[in-house]
Amino acid sequence: MNIVVCVKYVPDAQSERTFRDSDRTVDREGVDGLLSELDEYAVEEALKIVEAAGEGEVTVLTVGPDAAADAIKKALQMGAHAGVHVNDAAIHGSDAVATSLVLAEAVKKATGGTPDLVITGMSSTDGVMGVVPAMLAERLGLPQVTYASELTLGDGTVTIRRDGDTASETIEARLPALVSVTDQINEPRYPSFKGIMAAKKKPVEQWGLADLGVDPSLVGLDAAWTSVVAFAKRPPRDKGQIVSDEGDGGTKLAEFLAGRKFI
Amino acid sequence: MAEVLVLVDHTDGRLRKATAELLTIARRLGEPSAVHIGVGAEKAQVTLAKYGAHKVYVVDDADAATYLVAPQAEILAALVAKVSPAAVLISSNATGKEVAARLAIKTGSGLITDAVDVRAGDNGIETTQSVFAGSYTVTATVTTGTSIIAVKPNSVPLEASPEAGVVEAFEVTLSDTARAARITDSQPKKATGRPELTEAAIVVSGGRGTGGDFSPVEEFADSLGAAVGASRAAVDAGWYPHSNQVGQTGKQVSPQLYVAAGISGAIQHRAGMQTSKTIVAVNKDQEAPIFELVDFGVVGDLFSVLPQATAEVKKRKG
Repeated sequence: MNIVVCVKYVPDAQSERTFRDSDRTVDREGVDGLLSELDEYAVEEALKIVEAAGEGEVTVLTVGPDAAADAIKKALQMGAHAGVHVNDAAIHGSDAVATSLVLAEAVKKATGGTPDLVITGMSSTDGVMGVVPAMLAERLGLPQVTYASELTLGDGTVTIRRDGDTASETIEARLPALVSVTDQINEPRYPSFKGIMAAKKKPVEQWGLADLGVDPSLVGLDAAWTSVVAFAKRPPRDKGQIVSDEGDGGTKLAEFLAGRKFI
Repeated sequence: MAEVLVLVDHTDGRLRKATAELLTIARRLGEPSAVHIGVGAEKAQVTLAKYGAHKVYVVDDADAATYLVAPQAEILAALVAKVSPAAVLISSNATGKEVAARLAIKTGSGLITDAVDVRAGDNGIETTQSVFAGSYTVTATVTTGTSIIAVKPNSVPLEASPEAGVVEAFEVTLSDTARAARITDSQPKKATGRPELTEAAIVVSGGRGTGGDFSPVEEFADSLGAAVGASRAAVDAGWYPHSNQVGQTGKQVSPQLYVAAGISGAIQHRAGMQTSKTIVAVNKDQEAPIFELVDFGVVGDLFSVLPQATAEVKKRKG
């Protein structure tokens, strides 16, 4: 079983994230970045699957600028076997639609047409759209088996538990399939020292749009089907009133709520 | 006037509040047509008409309920091809966004998710989004195809505006690819009698500080008619279900009032509630980052503060 895990390099949520004034795209250069935390669960799940099977390889794929190599590195350190980095200046400013196109073509090229299994995180931690996995399923013609909080492989099948707003569902599909996983599914491992050293020798392919046969006019800022017209930093909240509980904290809280017409 | 399709968010014909919000917004953009996929249309039709649906397309397809997401996208794509709407509005929850995503690719249209406002601007439909854990506000538009917009619940007040809601049956032959991910079982969430987290006007959440005992949180929530939320720490500890988790990897909520009890306020949690209109916190630690966000805070033990507050609320409510 050969698994492709799609990962994203994102600005660190603990740092100040912002947009570039020049073109209103997310500033990916001026901030610290890292492998999106939600993608760690995807890498971990892929590793668990091949370890349980005793065979198979995990290839980690990302589309991103030079610094995105760090996301691949982290996944290789966790135990992924090989990496693919699609890096092309023309991709800058792509929307989710174009990103999914590039990812889909890269998955096809990396697997000679059909993967056994493609795994992603449930969403990125910067865009937080949660749409690329469904778009990948659409483009690759694979069953969409997404938001998995529990996963079991059967004989040529994959079964997951998907927890929604109103119900918990069991979803089943035949392989090959596109799976996305939530942060409930496992506990991602920390890279061991051995893993960190071994990662240095693992192969990472570097591809541009030409390698994928993707027309540059289909991607990038100008090709995007949506546009950011304006962005503004939210003004900081006015400092609130903080009181110490001296036997009357609850009463004071109720008074505040009454003053704001909540009771 | 241009038609605006609204995907009805329902369980067997019981509408979720978000549907009425979508119809309210749709009226700003054109003539709303509700799209009801699945059973229960007769039950839903009255409310759909009340909130402005001129038409209700009914797609009574059993496969749409049996297979995940793909059938709904295929049905909507067929309807988009038939009626060329100005926009398609969908609830911005996990399933809604995935339907919207596949619809965008099928119809060659731009997609905007988690919109908190949608309006007819000078240059077409404009949306507002709250991004980067609520630290930035973005105005965006769709520049290609039909505007496909997933809208967050609790974004607009409901406005009834009765229309005819004429039912029109619509049939689609689903492809094999649409019938690939089968829903073999569905366990409905246990009813608590409390409002649903993303729809509630008031949310009271508990965190590590509860030590696993959510009773003061629940009683305070009940005194206010609120939904109950939980921090990631509380969910990871097994104290409360993941479906109640508020945060980056749980639900993002924006209620009128958010009360955080025993929650430190790490960025993971803030990403889920930072845009709430009024924020209150109770925490023993006066250095807790949550206090930077609050309109009102009590430094104290939630096991003393919340019960006292609950009693006071009940007294005032009579």
